[in-house]
Amino acid sequence: MDLATDYMGLSLRSPLVASASPASYTLDGVQRLADGGVAAIVLHSLFEEDLLEQAERHSALAEAGSESFAESLSYFPETAGADVEPRRYLKLVERSVAAVQVPVIASLNGASPGSWARYARQIQEAGAAGVELNLYSSPVGPATPGRWLEDAHLDVLGLVKAAVDVPVAVKMSPCYSSVAEMATRFIEAGADALVLFSRFVQPDIDPETLALVPGVGLSAPTEGRLPRTWVALLRPGARVPLALSTGTHSPEDLVKGLLAGADVVMSTSALLRHGPQYAAVLLDGLQAWMEGKGYDSVSQFRGLLAAPADGDARARERAGYVDALRAANAHQAGSW
Amino acid sequence: MGREPTRATIDGNEAAASVAYRLNEVCCIYPITPSSPMAELADEWSAKGRPNVFGAVPAVIEMQSEGGAAGALHGALQGGALATTFTASQGLLLMVPNMYKIAGELTPAVMHVAARSLAAQGLSIFGDHQDVMAVRQTGFALLGSSSVQEAHDMAAVAQAATLASRVPFVHFFDGFRTSHELNTIELLSDDDLRALVPAELVRAHRARALSPEHPFVRGTAQNPDVYFQARETVNPYYARVPSLVEEAMALLDQRTGRRYHVVDYAGHPGAERVVVAMGSGAETLRATVAHLVAQGERVGVVTVRLYRPFPAQALVEAIPATVRSVAVLDRTKEPGSFGEPLFLDVLAALSQAHGAGERPEMPEVTGGRYGLSSKELTPGMAAGALAELARDKPKRRFTLGIDDDVSGTSIDYDPELDIEPPGTKRAVFFGLGADGTVGANKNTIKILGAEGLYAQGYFVYDSKKSGSQTVSHLRFGREPITAPYLVSQAGFVGCHQFGLLDRPEVLERAAHGATLLLNCPYGPDEVWATLSRPVQEEIVRKKIELYVVDANRVARDVGLGQRVNTVLQACFFAISAVLEREQAVRHMKEAITKTYARRGPRVVEANLAAVDRALEGLARVQVPAEASSERLPRPPVPADAPEFVRTVTAAMMLGVGDRLPVSALPDDGTWPSGTTAYEKRNVSDLVADWSPELCIQCGNCSFVCPHAVIRSKYYPSSALAQAPATFASAPLRSRGLPGTAYSLQVYAEDCTGCGLCVEACPVSDPKVPGRKAINLAEAATVVGPGRANIAFFESLPAPERPRVDFGTVRGTQFLEPLFEFSGACSGCGETPYLKLLSQLFGDRAVIANATGCSSIYGGNLPTTPWAKNAEGRGPAWSNSLFEDNAEFGLGMRLAADHHLGLARQRLRELRDELGAELVDAALGAPQRSESELAAQRARLGELRRRLADLDAPVARDLNSVLDHLLRRSVWIVGGDGWAYDIGAGGLDHVLASGRDVNVLVMDTEVYSNTGGQMSKATPLGAVAKFAAAGKTVEKKDLALQAIAYGSVYVARVALGADPEQTLRAFREAEVYDGPSLIIAYSHCIAHGIDMRSGLDQQYRAVASGYWPLLRYDPVLRAAGDNPFLLDSPRPRLALAEYTTRELRYASLARTEPDEAERLAALAQEAVDLRWRTYEEMATRPAARFPADARKES
Repeated sequence: MDLATDYMGLSLRSPLVASASPASYTLDGVQRLADGGVAAIVLHSLFEEDLLEQAERHSALAEAGSESFAESLSYFPETAGADVEPRRYLKLVERSVAAVQVPVIASLNGASPGSWARYARQIQEAGAAGVELNLYSSPVGPATPGRWLEDAHLDVLGLVKAAVDVPVAVKMSPCYSSVAEMATRFIEAGADALVLFSRFVQPDIDPETLALVPGVGLSAPTEGRLPRTWVALLRPGARVPLALSTGTHSPEDLVKGLLAGADVVMSTSALLRHGPQYAAVLLDGLQAWMEGKGYDSVSQFRGLLAAPADGDARARERAGYVDALRAANAHQAGSW
Repeated sequence: MGREPTRATIDGNEAAASVAYRLNEVCCIYPITPSSPMAELADEWSAKGRPNVFGAVPAVIEMQSEGGAAGALHGALQGGALATTFTASQGLLLMVPNMYKIAGELTPAVMHVAARSLAAQGLSIFGDHQDVMAVRQTGFALLGSSSVQEAHDMAAVAQAATLASRVPFVHFFDGFRTSHELNTIELLSDDDLRALVPAELVRAHRARALSPEHPFVRGTAQNPDVYFQARETVNPYYARVPSLVEEAMALLDQRTGRRYHVVDYAGHPGAERVVVAMGSGAETLRATVAHLVAQGERVGVVTVRLYRPFPAQALVEAIPATVRSVAVLDRTKEPGSFGEPLFLDVLAALSQAHGAGERPEMPEVTGGRYGLSSKELTPGMAAGALAELARDKPKRRFTLGIDDDVSGTSIDYDPELDIEPPGTKRAVFFGLGADGTVGANKNTIKILGAEGLYAQGYFVYDSKKSGSQTVSHLRFGREPITAPYLVSQAGFVGCHQFGLLDRPEVLERAAHGATLLLNCPYGPDEVWATLSRPVQEEIVRKKIELYVVDANRVARDVGLGQRVNTVLQACFFAISAVLEREQAVRHMKEAITKTYARRGPRVVEANLAAVDRALEGLARVQVPAEASSERLPRPPVPADAPEFVRTVTAAMMLGVGDRLPVSALPDDGTWPSGTTAYEKRNVSDLVADWSPELCIQCGNCSFVCPHAVIRSKYYPSSALAQAPATFASAPLRSRGLPGTAYSLQVYAEDCTGCGLCVEACPVSDPKVPGRKAINLAEAATVVGPGRANIAFFESLPAPERPRVDFGTVRGTQFLEPLFEFSGACSGCGETPYLKLLSQLFGDRAVIANATGCSSIYGGNLPTTPWAKNAEGRGPAWSNSLFEDNAEFGLGMRLAADHHLGLARQRLRELRDELGAELVDAALGAPQRSESELAAQRARLGELRRRLADLDAPVARDLNSVLDHLLRRSVWIVGGDGWAYDIGAGGLDHVLASGRDVNVLVMDTEVYSNTGGQMSKATPLGAVAKFAAAGKTVEKKDLALQAIAYGSVYVARVALGADPEQTLRAFREAEVYDGPSLIIAYSHCIAHGIDMRSGLDQQYRAVASGYWPLLRYDPVLRAAGDNPFLLDSPRPRLALAEYTTRELRYASLARTEPDEAERLAALAQEAVDLRWRTYEEMATRPAARFPADARKES
């Protein structure tokens, strides 16, 4: 059974990739993911905002109480002061690359144009097989035009592409006005793959303490529908690999993603919930399904249920897309 | 010569350490102010792998005390290493025994000493020569430096001379004045140092080392037959020292052009009057003499650089034959002597030369003391000493710089004398520690130094750790700055906090026509009306140019919070004209980009924006021709304060303590208790504010308040009829007391805004998210009405102690704290324990306090937080030393026990006269509970009344010790530096003594007071000074050590995790008839935490199993029960969930992630292992613990 897959110029042994998550926070975690059987690992994201926030907090803590009292003009050795170098992350990249056989892709979320490029270069030097740009915009004011945000994202991609030679994937947000157009623009700007989608981090509310709480929960299987739909819609026009992220909880979800046209399917929540060894369950299920359907390789069925190529409206209709979408909308929208 | 020397602007500590480090192989150190920075620099350089001039990286080791450092130094020297140490004051005293050994064995070594006062009637961290004078007899040579440049140069000369002579050296310079003064100096290169210290001398030293390849013994015990002669063998070595020092100085001159002699003369060649001095004072004297000679006076100054061996011949030769009178200035005090040491030496040398006919005229020689504890020696004082010599009968013994109205020793001087060259720019800046003023000024000095200017900076800090004020004294010029005294006649005065402007010192230091930059929220048209009358008058009188800027607003707007430093630095450059404005702005921006790069682009951008915005907001004020204000500055203390407080304490608070005469001060170091109550420092913009409608009256906020500003009372509701309108109260939540009201009163003017109360409050307002029953509010809205409310609150009767439930946190809030309003850091983790101690036992406690943070916030003048209750009773507190505290406290116990025995004996003797029933009751009274103690107090009152009628020696005797019949609570308190390190031996001995003492170790896991150096309490994996790469040894388990004795009550507590357990432990420890040890988790600013999270960190320390709460009670063992009580539940957090929130751990994870991970894993293992051990102990039968073999006392 041939599960081999090409993704952003990398030859993968299967279409199952571990996406950026806390599971890859340590070398041990990365190794366990690789041992579990995924074909590639996207490391947890390097968040520049976190580094900056930490540097500011650490320098404030290191300086607290200094130059105030004659006996204790400081409380920490000079080296304890802050810096903004992502030493830990780069070491993790370096070690992960050395420790596991599967490709290691680093995930990056910068905060300023210069730093995106700088960190990407450092990640490349540390040996990452590719870079995934984790692009999203925090909520902005009512006066900010959407085009600005889109252009800013494209600028980042351009800067990073100019800075590194390794392939660069863009993990998109589903919140652009025209997702398809943005996808096309990313591809034109040089993205080597698109990952659909990043999950917008939404804090939760604790009604007991009347406080906001961090709200990064695991995804539910139904959340796979949105990216799957867009993978199917984008597949025909996209000339780069597409990765489906979010909502892959069972072998069936994996199969669905491939049928929709994803080159690779990424899993986060399922691996966190069931452990890295769950990758084998997913892949075994995939193979059992393929066997049942009589497929020898994933290329035989990948994109089977993707939308037909743009412009062929009748073909779309034939394939049931128009009906399916209409029915879904009617069902969801009710009597609005 | 012939090469361009490297210039740098550094302080004296760095100047000396730079040479010492490069010329040594081993540094054995221990932190002590003001020498700690030398050791810290050596450690940093070593950690970075910086080699010495011989190409190897010196080893730096922190020892458990200076005694230990000296022992290790001695060993390293005997091992053939070039070894050094850095110390001061009490530290040097602890080295004395080894100094005799090192010198007696003719071992070359240099100790670098930032000379400091000795603790006598009080401790002082400041500079004088008492410490070095106390080692002049050890056989060490003494070489003194009088400036930062000299501290650099003489460090090298001393190393060269010690190797050449084999006589060990103390190289000293004045603590703070030189050790902490930034000055522009020329650096010695490695080549210079190698030229001064030839390799063959180093090898000769090594060849004399102990080696099994050519064995010998050194350190024999000698008998009457040979000891004396053997002691005399060294004389030729000492005789050669002056010439060898001269040789080294000549070589230094060849390479640098800087010429020194063992004794230097400067002044008129035909001088009639000279002064003699050592240290920084000599530099002031040289500058003053030059000024006087230029005015035609025949005066001179002799600088003694080599003091031991005393270069008598050089001294006699240095004093011109024309001299008729000599004043010798000693920066030390030797009570009861004929005169101070330098004076005696000079007198003897001159007298001997005269007697031998080598000097036809014998000048009049007088001796004076000056500059104790960094008291200033100004040019005016220097001129005053010379003027005194011109009088018919100059005072033979005198003091300089103080008003001695008791012994009449002081001499007059002109405080206004200004000798500084007109080219020198002088500036002073008044700020707060928290606003970054000092850092900005250090930065300014660097900028100006890089521009080729000579610069000097000296910084004065106040005695508080929260809300502390700083004064920066800066000088700049085209010539080297030789003015080791504070700036007066400043051309520029920066007042960085509006509230400081009323301090007399601010405008006193301004020259006529000076520029005053005032940070204030008022515009140029509004500010004048807000100034007090004396300030306006002084501005008008001195024709001061006034500028204003709202630096706080600018700083806030650009995102810098309360750090107003960059804003005000930009304004300084803009109006002081030390540099061209554009040039200055460019330099500032370059410096900002460089300094803040590590903190990320946002910080850089905020500071750059601050520069631009500052200049936009700067405005000059049109000063009216005369003062118009009616406002007078608020008096420092209330008018109803005791007279001593109004006269003495108030002067010290105002910063004019220098003016107090000798007669004003206590003569034996005894000061009144409870004076912080008068201080009202108003250091925080945010203060605690109570919401009675939400409060459940649990007492948590009061319990954790580090500053004792939250007080509670319950009282009859009827009393509220007299209450001010804004007085807050609620019905008491307690059954059985109807008609009773409860009030929680915040002493807002004393609140530091730490927020621990808010964190401790368990109540959440259902209507306003985040609001609790106690919150932080703007001080401006709370302080005003608060004063009347506090007065009313204080008029309410305090709940009677026997009626208070001592067993609950809720109950303790009603006990009056007798430790209040200390100057500890805002949110301090130690002080809540001391406050609790004072509430529970304060009215019958004596406290021995080890030197450290607690002795500083507990006893650093001008005020003390240890207070008295309405009956005049309260903790009697004393600090002896750092190392001896356990023994000191034990001594108090022994005295108390003896006097208790004596009182009982006398009581029995007077049984009939005093009444058998009363006497028997007093002798047999149980004194465990508060009501029993109250009953005994009543009996003693009655006994005292009856004794008043008896006129017999035995009755008077009983009267003098009667107090001891009330059970006295002896407490020994201190930090981990004391308990784990320097005082460990004594603590161990005292715990093993079986005596009834209570030891409280406030464990911050570092030497907090001296700035966060590692102790043996520092945990595995934490970063501290001297453990910059993370500590690799596990923390000592002091509790288990003490438990091993079987007779010691032991508790480990953390009030942020379990306040009830803390309370229980304190009470059990106190009532236990034997030694008790409480180890109290004390969060600390040196942990690198937001201090507001201190309680949460305590909780996490316990919940992660890092700090298991326990009690070990030998009483249980005696009753057949397991005495080991593990009070905390099984760990439910990973260690990392506690550690990663603290910079001491987190910084290592950032700089050395691998090592941090390795240590973190080992630390987790250690926690797991210890927990298993404790769990096993908690389930053992009693018989498996050692029995307490003491008899009932």
